[in-house]
Amino acid sequence: MSHKGHSSKAARRRAHAPVFAALGDETRLSLVATLCRGNPHSITKLTEGSKLTRQAITKHLRVLEGAGIVRCVRAGRESLFELDPAPIEEIKEHLALVSRQWDQALGRLKSFVEK
Amino acid sequence: MNDRIEKRIELKAPISRVWRALTDYREFGEWFRLKLDGPFVPGQISRGQITHPGYEHLKWEAVVQKMEPERLFSFTWHPYSVDPKQDYSKEPPTLVEFRLDKTASGTLLLLTESGFDKIPSGRRAEAFRMNEGGWTQQMSNIETHVAQRP
Repeated sequence: MSHKGHSSKAARRRAHAPVFAALGDETRLSLVATLCRGNPHSITKLTEGSKLTRQAITKHLRVLEGAGIVRCVRAGRESLFELDPAPIEEIKEHLALVSRQWDQALGRLKSFVEK
Repeated sequence: MNDRIEKRIELKAPISRVWRALTDYREFGEWFRLKLDGPFVPGQISRGQITHPGYEHLKWEAVVQKMEPERLFSFTWHPYSVDPKQDYSKEPPTLVEFRLDKTASGTLLLLTESGFDKIPSGRRAEAFRMNEGGWTQQMSNIETHVAQRP
């Protein structure tokens, strides 16, 4: 049994848009929620409990893989998918930064109108 | 608070004063730290140059959405796009809204910035839980700072 990462670092984009776009879908978001629990999952397992076909699930997984959110690892003849938390972490950091900037800007506004 | 930023701040100034600070392009530029080319006009692009120390190489660009006197001022933009080499136009823009309300002692300002993602609501919580501790700290810093000013 060999494990081999298929997605390279180069495939992961720095921009946030592809990550947001990939996550902007109910099915993909629920796949991410499942993979958030940690273990790599097979396509079969990810298809269980879904109304979608295996092909449809695979397509969604490829979109997530393209955005660097999940990566495919091989276990024997099976493809397993696991979460790469980095892009989602980057989005969180981005939001925290914007939030801090607003705190500072509003603090300046307050001083400005109250002087 | 997962896909949007929400801030609420009490300002000890009349609503007309706050409205002017928000919508007069020179006044806005003063506290926001940028030099705007001209007045805000709904539906039009607002351009300018950031004057915030350390960020002077950056341009400002936003599209003014609504200007409802002393109630609502809004624009869309690409928030704090700090890398001049990166093309942010492909990123989804966010909507910034300043809502004003009159209070006994002045004006309540509610700021929201939304549209960071198009993720359906209700499902984001687990993947996007934010650390709000840092924001609370920032807000209290501002309160302290302001309280020291007579």
